[in-house]
Amino acid sequence: MSYSLPSFLIVSSLLFCLGMYTVLIRRNAIGILMGIELVLNAAGLNFVAFSRFLEPSLTQNLLSGQVFTLFVIAIAAAEVAVALAIVLSLYSRMKTIDVEDFKELRG
Amino acid sequence: MNALLNTQTVANSLWLIPCLPLVGAVINGLLGRRLPDRLIHFIGCCSVFIAFLVSVAGFVTLVRIEEPGNRLLIQSLYQWILTAWNQGSFSLEVAFRLDPLSAVLCLVVTGVGFLIHLYSVGYMAGDESQGRYFAYLNLFTFSMLLLVLADNLLLMFVGWEGVGLCSYLLIGFWFSDLEKARAGMKAFIVNRVGDFGFFVGLMLLFWTLFEGSGASMTGLGINQLREAIPLLSSATPILGVGVATWVALLFFVGATGKSAQIPLYIWLPDAMAGPTPVSAFIHAATMVTAGVYMIVRLNFLYVIAPAAMAVVAVVGAVTAFYAATIALTQNDIKRVLAYSTISQLGYMFLAVGVAAFSSGIFHLVTHAFFKALLFLGAGSVIHAVHSNDMQEMGGLKKYMPHTYLTFMIAYLAISGIPPFSGFMSKDEILWSTFNSHLPVPGLGKALWALGLLGAGLTAFYMTRLIALTFMGGFRGGSEKESHLHESPSVMTVPLMILALLSVVGGVIGLPAVSHLPNLLHDFLGPVLSTHGSSGHGAHAYALEVLLMLVSTGVAITGIYVGWLFYVKRPELPGRLAARFAGLYRLLVHKYYVDEIYQKLFLRPVLRLVTLSGRFDLNTIDGAVNLSSRVTAKFAFLIGWEDLKIVDGAVNGLADIFKRWGAWLRHLQTGRVQQYLYSVVLGIFCLCVFMLLF
Amino acid sequence: MKAIIFNVFVLLTVVPCFWVALSSNIVHAAFSLLVTLFGVAGLYVLLGADFIAVVQVIVYIGGILILIIFGVMMTQRGKLLPLSIQLPGKFIGALLSGIILTALIMVATKSLWPVASFLEEPQPTSAAIGNLLLGKYLIAFEVASILLLVALVGAVLIVRRSVRGE
Repeated sequence: MSYSLPSFLIVSSLLFCLGMYTVLIRRNAIGILMGIELVLNAAGLNFVAFSRFLEPSLTQNLLSGQVFTLFVIAIAAAEVAVALAIVLSLYSRMKTIDVEDFKELRG
Repeated sequence: MNALLNTQTVANSLWLIPCLPLVGAVINGLLGRRLPDRLIHFIGCCSVFIAFLVSVAGFVTLVRIEEPGNRLLIQSLYQWILTAWNQGSFSLEVAFRLDPLSAVLCLVVTGVGFLIHLYSVGYMAGDESQGRYFAYLNLFTFSMLLLVLADNLLLMFVGWEGVGLCSYLLIGFWFSDLEKARAGMKAFIVNRVGDFGFFVGLMLLFWTLFEGSGASMTGLGINQLREAIPLLSSATPILGVGVATWVALLFFVGATGKSAQIPLYIWLPDAMAGPTPVSAFIHAATMVTAGVYMIVRLNFLYVIAPAAMAVVAVVGAVTAFYAATIALTQNDIKRVLAYSTISQLGYMFLAVGVAAFSSGIFHLVTHAFFKALLFLGAGSVIHAVHSNDMQEMGGLKKYMPHTYLTFMIAYLAISGIPPFSGFMSKDEILWSTFNSHLPVPGLGKALWALGLLGAGLTAFYMTRLIALTFMGGFRGGSEKESHLHESPSVMTVPLMILALLSVVGGVIGLPAVSHLPNLLHDFLGPVLSTHGSSGHGAHAYALEVLLMLVSTGVAITGIYVGWLFYVKRPELPGRLAARFAGLYRLLVHKYYVDEIYQKLFLRPVLRLVTLSGRFDLNTIDGAVNLSSRVTAKFAFLIGWEDLKIVDGAVNGLADIFKRWGAWLRHLQTGRVQQYLYSVVLGIFCLCVFMLLF
Repeated sequence: MKAIIFNVFVLLTVVPCFWVALSSNIVHAAFSLLVTLFGVAGLYVLLGADFIAVVQVIVYIGGILILIIFGVMMTQRGKLLPLSIQLPGKFIGALLSGIILTALIMVATKSLWPVASFLEEPQPTSAAIGNLLLGKYLIAFEVASILLLVALVGAVLIVRRSVRGE
């Protein structure tokens, strides 16, 4: 693959879809979390790639993409912290992290 | 020290005086449950004490300003209200004002207040909610100081309301007792009546001034008001009475509420439900003095409304006499003192009513000393006897020597025995009344006679109180007698300090006949609109001495009669009561005023409620019922159609939603995976949509 | 040369990714995720985003991944569970993902991106990003910091309550 925008987009699409697939098929809550991380990384990669390759005159500031990636990373950190806290507290209560068993939210 | 007392520095630290107690209130109020009692006491007392020190600094600074007319410190904190009015702008600032008048009041409030705080440490020892108590007490101090220091009437009103609120909180402090909670409510509601008058007066004043002055008024500072007040004279009278008189009377209604004058005094005797130091606080340092202070503060308004002044004087004198007669027969030690407070406040209003403003303030100060002392002494007694009823006391002289001694001093002061402070101030008031120029000829002399009579009664009932409490033998039973004890020193020391003040407090207002300067009168001179009205200058010394002798004679007579009745021949009062049974019953029941108010105001209101309820029930409901019956007939016809067609549609619709809901409910499976699937499905649909279109 | 390095990083990113998705061992999956994240950091470097690359390494690999591995280790006591769902579900997931992947790749390759004709040499970005964060994106930056704080407190609270509830 050549060093160009579509290549990066393809890589990030792969990351995204594999992450999504992971999210869909895992029963393990932490496995699902990993999938989400992949999806978020795909998004971050897209942002940075666009900020690198797009015509500078089209954007006000090319670094904005990178800043957004920073925010994505920050939010990912927050999300993982809370999600793991929830998983751990569920684990301590139900002795499992299998999402198939978490059915208390059923309507 | 010089640098510390720099005028500017002091002016800039005026905010400390009210805010320190506020800080104390906030800390104790929020953290009171967690703090140890000692820390609560420390915060409560210290905040007031520092405020006292700042007040002293302010006072000293004022005195050091050479020119009496310049004795004024103003600190403006921030702009409160800014608005356009009549082509001009109108701004209201949160500003504090220290002039001779507010300085004197500040000293009294913080000084006596501090002593009462200190005393409370002993009195409230062991109570569970001391944090709350001291928070309220500090808040009370704060409100009062706000009222005193406020540079405009609206800010003053904030303090005015704050004082009312705190009195409610403190009177109902032991709210688990329904009786006491009710007393708190009574105080609050009666005060509201007065506050309403105050507020209407305030609005009327603003309205008239700003209508009349066009753009020239820019604010409501006391100085601005003072300059603008003459405009009131040119305003159109309302119902034939000048606006100034209206405003002055409305403010006076507010004052009768706060300062417990006829007809709104009824809350004060019930206010005894609170802890005794609170009574002392309300009666001596705060609250009841607010009305007097307010009138003196607005003296420039009252001076141009002589009719209102006359009303004030009459109400004051009548209250002074009237409350004294009720006090004659009460058996609750605190109630006697409560009525005596009402009576003494009457004297203050009498003084301001005859334009002897400085005498009113003088009596306010000395009264603060000896009444605080009396209440705290009574608290000390109650602390020992565990009862308010004087019938169960007696002979406490030998058990509580310090309390007895200090109480005696206060007793002599309130009875008007020279040279105690009470004599000085009361005599000055009587003298001013005698010399006054009220609109009705002869009224001054009549009020003087009434006041004199009241003074005699005061001496009498105080003698009775002393005799029943401290003299003779103990009547509370031997079991209680064994527990009698002197109060701890944290309670007796404030008593002694107050006793000292009660003795020497008169120095600040020596009578003219002594040829010594009347310090208070001279000090207050710049803020008052009247000069030399309290009988100073060229006047008949002989007459003054004569009147002094008369009032002293009356006081001594009162004491003698009291002594005769309750010490020498204790069977006399009973016989007298039997002889004048009707009068006696009238007095014991406090002229049935509470009952009359019940009948006159509460009952009609309740009856109006019932009546309007019945009207509602019979007339309106009847009409409604009739129309409904007519409607029902129609409705029946429509209903038939409705049932079949409209209801069918509505029910059908509801049914559809119900089924949908039941079906959609299955989506909420609680399975994370399925949710995720639906999310991805959404993305998928979005993709398809984007690609196709 | 650049193309070779690029391809190496692409492989480093994508290949372990399959492991993350397909492995039946959660620990393997976690370590594969580590390699993937590292590969993404490399791609960031190639894109001239030095600061983001470093943040990726520090936050993702040093923080998030460590957290996840901790999570894995703390929840692996007791019986081992099947990691993934059963076949029909797996198939549907694969189908959906595949379709979306195709769509995305089509978009990526067929679109006419307004690409810059000339790529400047990458410059150090830290200073510029700092200016942006404290200038144009100040509010977002502060909100993000509050979010982190709240998440932190919330996480502590959730776990603490469950521990106390035991």
